[in-house]
Amino acid sequence: MENGLDLEYIFNEFLKGLGLSSEIAHIIWLPLPMLLVLVAAVVGVLVTVWLERKISAAAQQRIGPEYAGALGVLQPIADGLKLLVKEDIIPAKADSILFTAGPILVLVPVILSWLIVPFGQDLLISNVGIGIFLWIALSSIQPIGLLMSGYASNNKYSLLGGLRAAAQSISYEIPLALSVLAIVLMTNSLSTIDIVNQQSGAGILSWNIWRQPIGFIIFWICALAECERLPFDLPEAEEELVAGYQTEYAGMKFALFYLGSYINLILSALLVSILYLGGWALPIPVEIIAKFLNIPLNAPLIQVFTASIGIVMTVLKAYVLVFIAILLRWTTPRVRIDQLLDLGWKFLLPISLANLLLTAGLKLALPQFFGG
Amino acid sequence: MSIAIITQLICFSILSLVVIIGALGVVLLESIVYSAFLLCGVFLSVAGLYLLLNASFVAAAQVLVYVGAVNVLIIFAIMLVNKKEDFKPIENLNSRRIISTAICLTLLSLLIRVDLSNVWIIASPNSSIGEESTYRIGEHLFSDYLLPFEVASVLLLMAMIGAIVLARKDVMNQDISTGLPVDQELIEKTKEPFLINKN
Repeated sequence: MENGLDLEYIFNEFLKGLGLSSEIAHIIWLPLPMLLVLVAAVVGVLVTVWLERKISAAAQQRIGPEYAGALGVLQPIADGLKLLVKEDIIPAKADSILFTAGPILVLVPVILSWLIVPFGQDLLISNVGIGIFLWIALSSIQPIGLLMSGYASNNKYSLLGGLRAAAQSISYEIPLALSVLAIVLMTNSLSTIDIVNQQSGAGILSWNIWRQPIGFIIFWICALAECERLPFDLPEAEEELVAGYQTEYAGMKFALFYLGSYINLILSALLVSILYLGGWALPIPVEIIAKFLNIPLNAPLIQVFTASIGIVMTVLKAYVLVFIAILLRWTTPRVRIDQLLDLGWKFLLPISLANLLLTAGLKLALPQFFGG
Repeated sequence: MSIAIITQLICFSILSLVVIIGALGVVLLESIVYSAFLLCGVFLSVAGLYLLLNASFVAAAQVLVYVGAVNVLIIFAIMLVNKKEDFKPIENLNSRRIISTAICLTLLSLLIRVDLSNVWIIASPNSSIGEESTYRIGEHLFSDYLLPFEVASVLLLMAMIGAIVLARKDVMNQDISTGLPVDQELIEKTKEPFLINKN
C-alpha cells in the first residue's frame, strides 16, 4: 500500500505545520501507537473478564454479574478499581525486592509481545524482521518471573506453584516453537505481516489451518498450556496449591498477574488467528469484492473501510478462540502433573517434529501449495 | 547530535552499567538466588547490546537460549536445593580469594591486550545488513559453518544422553568407577501412578 493512507506522515506534516521540527514530531508520534495498543490490550482484558464471568455463569446455569451496568458490563471495571485501591501487603518473611519484581517480570514480556501483532497491512507497532521469533523469545522470560514470585513469597504452595509453572511453560514451549517453525518454513519469513499475506491468496481456502491442521491443534493446546488455562492450570490448582505462585499476593501486584494471564490469553488467540486463520483477511478477499463493485482499492475512503474490516476480522477471530478457551475452562477437568508432562514430552513433541518433517517434505513436493 | 544518536548513547551506557554491576553482583553476592536472578539481568542486557548492534536475531536467540533455558534451569536447580543448609566454612579462604583474583586479572589484562593490539574492522552503518541477517545466518549455517554446527549438535546430544543415564540409575546396576553393585532400593520402580492401580 505505497500510495495509500499514511497516518504517520499526515500527523508529522500536521505537527510541522504547527512549527515543530520533524524529529520532535517523530518523538511525539512514537508513543501514540504503543499507547493505542496498550489501551486495546487492557480493554480486551476487561471484555474477556466479563465474557468469562457470563459464560461460566451460563455453563453453570447461573445469571452471573447483573447489577453493574447493563448485563453487568461494568463488573470488570469495578473489580479493577477494587484491586487498585486495595492495601498492598508484603508478607513479613517474604523477600520484598523479588516479591515486587516477580509480577513485573511476568507482565512486561507479555505486553512487549504486542509489538508484532498486526491488525492490518500497516496496522502494527513495528514490522520487525524477527517477528514471531520475538514472541517465542519473550515468552520464555515469563517462567523466571513466576519462579521469582514463587520463591520470594516464602510459602510452600507458592514455591510449588512457581516450579510447576516453570516446568509447564518450558515443556510446552518446544512443541509451540516447532509448530510455528512449520509455518515459517511455508512462509519463508518470520514477519507476521508476511505470514498473513502468504495466506491471502484465495480467501478462506488459503488459510494455514487447511495446510497445517496438526500444527494448528498442537499450537492451540500449547498456547492454552502457556496461558495456564484449564485443563492445564496446574500452577494455580485451587484444590492442591491454594492459588499457586499468587497465593501471597494482594492488591495491585495480584492484579498484575491477573492482567498478565488475560493479556496472554488474548495475545495467544490473536496469534492463532494470525498464524492459522488468515489474520485480518476476510473469508472472501477484499480485492474480489472491490472488483465486483468496481471500486479502486487506493481511494482513501476504501482504505479506511478495509482497515476497519481488517481490525474487526482480527478481533472477531481472536474472540471466537477466546470463547472456546473459556468454554473449555468451565467444562473440562484438570489433568494431573504426570499426564501434563507426558502429553508435552511424549506426545506433542514427537508429533510436532513429524509435522515439521512432513511440511518440509510437502514443501519440496508441492511448492505451489506449500510456499516454494 | 541527532536524537537517535543520543538515545543510542543513553541505552548503551545503561545497558553496559547493568552488565558490569550485574556481573559483579553474580560473583560477589552471598545469596545464590540473587546471583541467579542477576545473571538473568546480565543476559537480558547483553541481548539489549546485540539489539543496539542491529543484530535482532542474535538478541532474540540470546534471550531464548540463555534466559529462557539456561537461567531457568539454574534457578530450578537452586529452588530444589534446601536453602536452610549451612555451608561448611572453606579453609584458606583468603589465599584462595587472592589466587582467583590474580587469575582473573591476568585474563583481563590478556583480553585488554588483544583488544588493543587487534585492528577491528568496524562496519559502517550503511553496509550493515540489519533485518537480512536472519537469512545470512541460515546460509552460513548450511554452507561454510555446517561442520561446526553439526559437531555442536552432536556434543549436545552426548550431554543429553549422559544426563539421562545419570538420572535413570536403573539402566546401570553397577557403579562405573568401583564395579560394585549399586543399591537400588530407593529408586522408584513403579511407572504408573498409584491411583490407577485399583486392584
